[in-house]
Amino acid sequence: MDRRRTKVGPRYSSPRPAGLYDPAREHDGCGVACIARLDGKPLHEVVQRALATLDQLEHRGAAGADPETGDGAGILIQLPHAFLRKHAGEFGLEEGALPPPGEVAVAVCFLPADEARRATLEQELESTVSAENQVPLGWRDVPIDPERCGTIAREAMPVIRQFLIGRGPDTPDQDAFERKLFVIRRTTELRTTEISFPSMSSRTVVYKGMLSAPQLTDFYADLSDPALESALAIVHSRFSTNTFPSWSLAHPHRMSAHNGEINTLAGNINWMQAREAILSSPLFGSDLERCLPLVAPGTSDSLAFDHVFELLCLAGRSLPHAAMMMIPRVHENRKGSISPELEGFYNYHSRLIEPWDGPAAIVFTDGRLVGATLDRNGLRPGRWLITHDGWVAVSSEAGSFQVPEETIAEKGRLGPGSMFCVDLERNVVLDRGAAEREVAHMAPWGKWDDERTIHIDEVPRDGIPSQREPSPEELREAQLAFGYSQEDLRVVLAPMARDAKEPTGSMGNDVALAMFSENAPSLFAYFKQRFAQVTNPAIDPVREYVVMSLRTGLGPEENLLEQGALASPQLVLEQPVLSNQEAAVLRALDWGGLRAKVLDMTWPIADGPAGMEAAVERLCGDAQDAVRAGANVIVLSDRSLDESRAAIPSLLATSALHQHLVRSGDRVRTGLAVESGEPREVHHIAALIGYGASAVNPYVMLDTVAEMADQHELDGLGSGIVRQRAVLALNTGLLKVLSKMGISTIQSYNAAQIFEAVGLDRDLVDLHFTGTASTIGGVGMEGLAKEALARHARAYPDAHGLSEPGHVETALLSAAHGELLPQGGVYAWRRDGERHMWDPETISNLQRAAQGNGSGKVHYAAFSERVNEENAQHGLIRGLLRMRQPGPPIAVEEVEPANEIVKRFSTGAMSLGALSPEAHETLAIAMNRIGARSNSGEGGEDPRRYVRERNGDWRRSAIKQVASGRFGVTADYLANAAQIQIKIAQGAKPGEGGQLPGAKVGEYIAQLRYSTPGVELISPPPHHDIYSIEDLKQLIYDLRASNPRATVSVKLASELGVGTVAAGVVKAGADHVVIAGHDGGTGASPLSSIQSAGVPWEIGLAETQQTLLENDLRSRVILQIDGQMRTGRDVMIAALLGADEYGFSTAPLIATGCIMMRVCHLNTCPVGVASQDPELRRRFQGKPEQVINYLFMVAEEVREFLARLGVRTVEELIGQVDMIEPGEALAHWKAHGVDLSQLLADVAAPGELPRHDPAAVPAREDLDPLGLADEAREAIKAGRPIVIERDILNLHRAIGGVVSHEVVKAHGPAGLPDETIKLRLRGSAGQSLGAWLAGGVAIDLRGEANDYVGKGLSGGVLSIRPPEGATYLPEDNVILGNVALYGATGGRAFFRGRAGERFAVRNSGAKAVVEGVGDHGCEYMTGGIVVVIGSTGYNFAAGMTGGIAYVYDPDDTFSERCNHQLVDLEALVAEDRVELRDLLLEHHRRTGSTVAERILASPGEGPERFVKVMPREYKRVIEERAKLATVGVTA
Amino acid sequence: MPDPRGFITVPRATPPERDPAERVHDYGEIYKVLPEPELKRQASRCMGCGVPFCNHACPLGNLIPDWNDLVRTGRWREAIEQLHATNNFPEFTGLVCPAPCESACVLDINDDAVTIKQIEYAIIERAWDEGWVKPVVPETRTGLTVGVIGSGPAGLAAAQELNAVGHEVTVYERDEAPGGLIRFGVPDAKLEKWIIDRRVRVLADEGIHFEYGVEAGGDDLPADELRARHDAVVIATGSRVPRELEVPGRELDGVQMAMDYLYIRNRYVASITEGGIPGPEPEVPIVAEGKDVVVIGGGDTGMDCISNANREGARSAILLDVYPEIPVGGRYDDTPWPLPLKRSVTTYALDEGGERRFGTQVTQLRGDENGHVRELVGRKVTGSSSRTLLPVPESEFAMPADLVLIAVGFTGPERPLLDALGVERDGRGNVAAPLFASSESGVFACGDARVGQSLIVTAIAEGRRCARIADRWLAEGARSGAGAHTATA
Repeated sequence: MDRRRTKVGPRYSSPRPAGLYDPAREHDGCGVACIARLDGKPLHEVVQRALATLDQLEHRGAAGADPETGDGAGILIQLPHAFLRKHAGEFGLEEGALPPPGEVAVAVCFLPADEARRATLEQELESTVSAENQVPLGWRDVPIDPERCGTIAREAMPVIRQFLIGRGPDTPDQDAFERKLFVIRRTTELRTTEISFPSMSSRTVVYKGMLSAPQLTDFYADLSDPALESALAIVHSRFSTNTFPSWSLAHPHRMSAHNGEINTLAGNINWMQAREAILSSPLFGSDLERCLPLVAPGTSDSLAFDHVFELLCLAGRSLPHAAMMMIPRVHENRKGSISPELEGFYNYHSRLIEPWDGPAAIVFTDGRLVGATLDRNGLRPGRWLITHDGWVAVSSEAGSFQVPEETIAEKGRLGPGSMFCVDLERNVVLDRGAAEREVAHMAPWGKWDDERTIHIDEVPRDGIPSQREPSPEELREAQLAFGYSQEDLRVVLAPMARDAKEPTGSMGNDVALAMFSENAPSLFAYFKQRFAQVTNPAIDPVREYVVMSLRTGLGPEENLLEQGALASPQLVLEQPVLSNQEAAVLRALDWGGLRAKVLDMTWPIADGPAGMEAAVERLCGDAQDAVRAGANVIVLSDRSLDESRAAIPSLLATSALHQHLVRSGDRVRTGLAVESGEPREVHHIAALIGYGASAVNPYVMLDTVAEMADQHELDGLGSGIVRQRAVLALNTGLLKVLSKMGISTIQSYNAAQIFEAVGLDRDLVDLHFTGTASTIGGVGMEGLAKEALARHARAYPDAHGLSEPGHVETALLSAAHGELLPQGGVYAWRRDGERHMWDPETISNLQRAAQGNGSGKVHYAAFSERVNEENAQHGLIRGLLRMRQPGPPIAVEEVEPANEIVKRFSTGAMSLGALSPEAHETLAIAMNRIGARSNSGEGGEDPRRYVRERNGDWRRSAIKQVASGRFGVTADYLANAAQIQIKIAQGAKPGEGGQLPGAKVGEYIAQLRYSTPGVELISPPPHHDIYSIEDLKQLIYDLRASNPRATVSVKLASELGVGTVAAGVVKAGADHVVIAGHDGGTGASPLSSIQSAGVPWEIGLAETQQTLLENDLRSRVILQIDGQMRTGRDVMIAALLGADEYGFSTAPLIATGCIMMRVCHLNTCPVGVASQDPELRRRFQGKPEQVINYLFMVAEEVREFLARLGVRTVEELIGQVDMIEPGEALAHWKAHGVDLSQLLADVAAPGELPRHDPAAVPAREDLDPLGLADEAREAIKAGRPIVIERDILNLHRAIGGVVSHEVVKAHGPAGLPDETIKLRLRGSAGQSLGAWLAGGVAIDLRGEANDYVGKGLSGGVLSIRPPEGATYLPEDNVILGNVALYGATGGRAFFRGRAGERFAVRNSGAKAVVEGVGDHGCEYMTGGIVVVIGSTGYNFAAGMTGGIAYVYDPDDTFSERCNHQLVDLEALVAEDRVELRDLLLEHHRRTGSTVAERILASPGEGPERFVKVMPREYKRVIEERAKLATVGVTA
Repeated sequence: MPDPRGFITVPRATPPERDPAERVHDYGEIYKVLPEPELKRQASRCMGCGVPFCNHACPLGNLIPDWNDLVRTGRWREAIEQLHATNNFPEFTGLVCPAPCESACVLDINDDAVTIKQIEYAIIERAWDEGWVKPVVPETRTGLTVGVIGSGPAGLAAAQELNAVGHEVTVYERDEAPGGLIRFGVPDAKLEKWIIDRRVRVLADEGIHFEYGVEAGGDDLPADELRARHDAVVIATGSRVPRELEVPGRELDGVQMAMDYLYIRNRYVASITEGGIPGPEPEVPIVAEGKDVVVIGGGDTGMDCISNANREGARSAILLDVYPEIPVGGRYDDTPWPLPLKRSVTTYALDEGGERRFGTQVTQLRGDENGHVRELVGRKVTGSSSRTLLPVPESEFAMPADLVLIAVGFTGPERPLLDALGVERDGRGNVAAPLFASSESGVFACGDARVGQSLIVTAIAEGRRCARIADRWLAEGARSGAGAHTATA
């Protein structure tokens, strides 16, 4: 095989794909700001103050392996004419020869260092300029100081020159000049990648580089030149997940700077490509064609955005208009909340372009207008201010643009989907919807849209034959031919049809990968869903349904650059899953300008396997012909499947056709729908839509549930209702799949290909699933065809010359009963079904081995042999690898002892809640005994376990997990960790939240989780304080502050791109990274997630190892893998691929008695491992010894391997990828297309250590920059009151953390008496003010605060009020950012001012008063009290299962903005009034709130105007308990 | 989906038995079926395990969780479909299978196993009652023929499967009626013989031919004749050569092979049962009445001898078992869950009378002056298998014994047919047919003849798998154009 050493030449010369690492997968995070003078007068001060603001955002950026090299920083300003005049000589111009403003432009060029090449490129550029009839004027070397940047940056530094271009005589005006510049730039870029242009404009100029924020000013001397004047500036500080030199990727781009991530990028780029076929603009004329393609795949998200945004503007749209098109706010499901004009605008433009969706704060300018906008979810911070003396600023953080308080006229924040613009020509600020209003009223958008929109219900149905119901025999044949199993019906379809919900399961996925399955799995099984982790957040499609949309359209697209009435009609569907009737309408569609063409997705079996490829080709050709003949809705159908025709896998047909039409330029001329018997699960529908279909009709699935209903298998429901419910379940499930990636609309998901292939031939994928990664190659077209025929043969054995149904050949089923569907055996093991890693033999052998009696070794050997064998033959990538012996074997005695090896082991994160306390503690005791580590999982820990027992046993979990629910994460919990683990994703259901059913929330669990027994608990899909990589950096910092002694681990799930995420995580300061395989166990997950999301850890580990090595970050971190680890051989392969540590979860559980019942979510575990039922817990028979026995046997097996390989320690083994090679298992017929060269690429530089090296870990940031802990130390020890005063800046983050740590260390969970340690602060506080503030610590801030105030508040008291001298109204002022009091468990907080989004999210104990909140207030709250005495945003109380909110609602409008799924609105009763009054009094006392004063002063009326937000379940439980208590008293 | 809490709320109930004191005076069946509501409750105890060890432990791979759940929800019709899908003769296994599934039931870890066998029997009996068991006549015939030798469970299963795919099948049975050991070994107390006849009638209606009293490979039907008649031959003759007891005194009168005794008893019962198929008179009568009967060997055969001896009115009936006493909970250390039990704690036969002595080995048989056995000498032994027995010092004993029945297993198939067909045998004397095909092209083997003495459930599974292999061989031959592989004249 090809064993490339990819590093040749200078280490940092060129980032290019090597092994699994692909620089195209880089992610950004950052800080961004813009500053402007409202009067439009250029000043050098604008530049200076912008750069000062950038300095204040430095902590949001990052540095890589070379701490001196920043990830990128830059500034965009107006073209400085005074400056250009001053420096005209440097361009070789006479003074005065400089053309006037509007007639001259500067091209900023990054050029190669090679002089000859440079000369050529420069010459070429000059000729291009001339060829476009513009005037080349001269070159200037931009003065720089290379000493000011880091070594790596310097090595990769381009030559930076400015090229002056004059407007040509034929170019009528400045706009035309800008378009010409665009053409010059694009044609140059398309010709060569050796030159790049940070800017080329007559209006703006960019200075940027691979620098840190402070380096920028020193690097570019120009920036200090007083002649450099501008009335506006955009600055940006970048945090990239990688460290490759990327001068050109620094922001700002030519028109925009971006904080966040475009999740939908793949789809956006694909669609742009497709759209180019019909792109035209009178302004550009024939020039446009030469500028295409506009965005190449692999372009970074923000750059791609910039390209398209720029084109839209140059083609005649205003900046706000273009921004609104690309980042629409929520307009679906919000009838009445936005104006009809705006709704019309968004509907109209959804015909032109799908949303560029993602957590984005975009700042944009064309030099005349500067604006900022936020995505529909509002996930990035944006704070603005306007001063009395004409300054306007928008920034990621409040306090970064520093002005005297008394000059501030107004402050605010960007809300979801809102825009803030400053028009420097009109000298106005356009905020609070003003910019949007202007655009919405520009044209009759809504009318234009209505004219050309057809709802499917409007299509006349006369004459359309209704679909014939199949006979039972026909249906059975169809089911067999499409590969249905009995399990599909029983396990998957029945719950969907009955409850309209996807089924749930437990204990992960341990079946063989599709590429190894002998059961002809569907093509869908080869595709794994991708999901958001760290760099963008997943969404909660249930609780945040308000931002989601399933609306989709079928029909031709419009010219993106057109702005008039729409040319063609479109069929609008409210959701993409079609009923059989709707499909019939679609097939016959020929009305209102829409014409459907049905294409057949089957092929004659007589043509054999080779016939399928030909059929796919024919299909593509037919589609192209049909479109050119005028069809504008293609319906792919396999309804003609019969005895002689087999179905092409629907996903193959769909994607092949989509890709073909994209290439032929016809895709945007037609809609694409699929009518197929094959799809039957959410994952199937998602894949079809993700690969190009806009609508899917799963007719066999729907007929099947109808038949099940007719046979009374569905609780007596009728066939009509179950069809509807099945459709609903698919649609709802679809929302979950897209929200997993952080995508809100089906339109953005369509054709976005958010999947990776595992086990498919690369050529096949490149051709028909273009752009999808298939890391290890695998089955090709012929193999897929054979599997398709094998499925067909199940229904029609005779047609294949078989005397019995195909599947019976290997099965136990009787020949006389061949009409039964195959068993399946995916979700529960069956003798005839799919192979599982855990089967009766492995389980019983492992259990017998763990007993530790005499025969233990024999049984372990049997266990291990079978596992290793099975891995090789039937299922796991590690099984495809074998070890190579580098030297002579050594004696086992020479190998390090097993008790050293087991220290590298840990048990996986399994919460108490999933596991019984007995099982949980058994694992902890076992791991502590052997110096290994157990993991608390999510859900807190009983403080009693923190104390060692007399016999030396310790029930404490060394690793404490911090998951998105933050249940039980208190200051004390964090203080008692050896390692704190941030769970970003878990293998079994990455990108999804969790739910602990009320039944499992017993007294004990509730106590540990600070919740109410019997009330369901919901974990949000994302961490609400991690929407991007710099947020993670912040959380790591916060956790360190809360326990400076613990190491911080970040758990990621294996998927494509996990390596680049891991690199970012290491740069964010993590000590430890876990890569979890897709197959890990779990308490409860949707079955389709267990099966269909994520990839094996082998791929993720290899990619991570390679990426970290490429970026010189590997030695800084400990890498752990986790996911169905079972034997010593597994450990060996993991070590060789680069893991330092190894996590085991299922196997240790099995050692203690788990028998893979897979009912963890039902609380009925019959062996007491995963149940909270006291009766069942008594059945638990596990002992710590069993776990220890098992792990030592694994370690002994490792020792034997080490001896055989001649290696003495595991340490020496780590990352020695040279010692692995592909094994014989590749002989499997389906595996011969497998190519492991990428997986096994060796990218370590000579001498580079491929494993953790403690010496390489850089010094960590100061956790207590204000020196609070030092000053308070004695007082804390003595429990003596102390007051400390400090000024604070937004650079000072997690203030109060270290102090709180000291308090709980000294005084335990309760801390000290209220306000013993008082911190009086003044200024703008950085993020995470008062995070995990312990009891007895109080923070009183005069000023303002950023995001995450009081996260994890653990008993402390927080108050924030405006500074003295503020001239604005405090109750209108945004005084704190987003996500305050996240996961708070106790304490009190008082905010005199408004808060941002998600106030008190997942609060479980804090009491708080605030004077207004943004969207999603009190989301997922389970306890505590929140008082809001100002307005609230949308979706208040979503997912709120406990606690109470009192909301001031004088105009009776709150109800519209409240999410009523789980709560009722009630009037206050007497005890509420007491509680409310006490809190308002305290609020007034601490903050001087005049609003509170007013309310308190009107005793009758005040409380009357409050509504009480009461979770229903919470109320029920409280009432029940009250009743019980009364009964108890009387008894 | 199963009831997740059924096992917590419902205790195991075993099928009711007729009073031992009553039933020991007749030959009728002793078990009754639970009433339907109770059956459903019992079925609700099944947890629908993520890893159903029952499904693994069952040689047939019976889809136990699936049909348990169908019974729970009263969907009997689908239940029998699922049951028949893997098991041709659920009424046989439902009555006499030792139920390794129940030993492997996850509830057996810390609770009582689901009454799988009872539910299985209820499903098939319901199906018979409802008339759901109907002959399935193949739509088309392949024109190929198969001879199956032996009509035990393996032969019957093979025959049914081969017939189902369209081959013409003839079953040759040397005895007077079908069933093999389930007819001549198993007492009516456990399985009344009309049950076999009922099933065989269906098979015959499906088109299978049965020839009784035909000794294949012997004079009745010489091997070449057999080969000439059929495109393929399936040997399903069982493992009928009994293992000998090698002790002094074995040659004495009154020392008999258990199976000979059971044949006689079953033929006797047939002769007094309405519809029974009469067989020949025994050459050597074996009578237990009034005798001190000692059975050597603790398996099912031994127990069936005790059962018959009780019914005959033996003076005493004692069974000697070399295995040690069964521990509380029923499991020996070397057979933890989910392994099958070596011995059940209680058995029907001992409930009716007689005694079982564990850890006991025979060392000698002593006779009277007429050369008739009168006394058995033995000793105590320890050890968990017959190969690792250690005598307990000074534990010798003697006991009266007028009839000694040897029930220590079988050593392999009888040789004449095998020799006549020329098939090779493996080291244990069974037909060497690792993948069911013997050394002779077109000759297949299954069941005890291939694997040695085993369970009825294994025999059915063997027959089914063998049929599949034989069918594929036949199909390949047919496709290759020759009509068949064999040189049919």
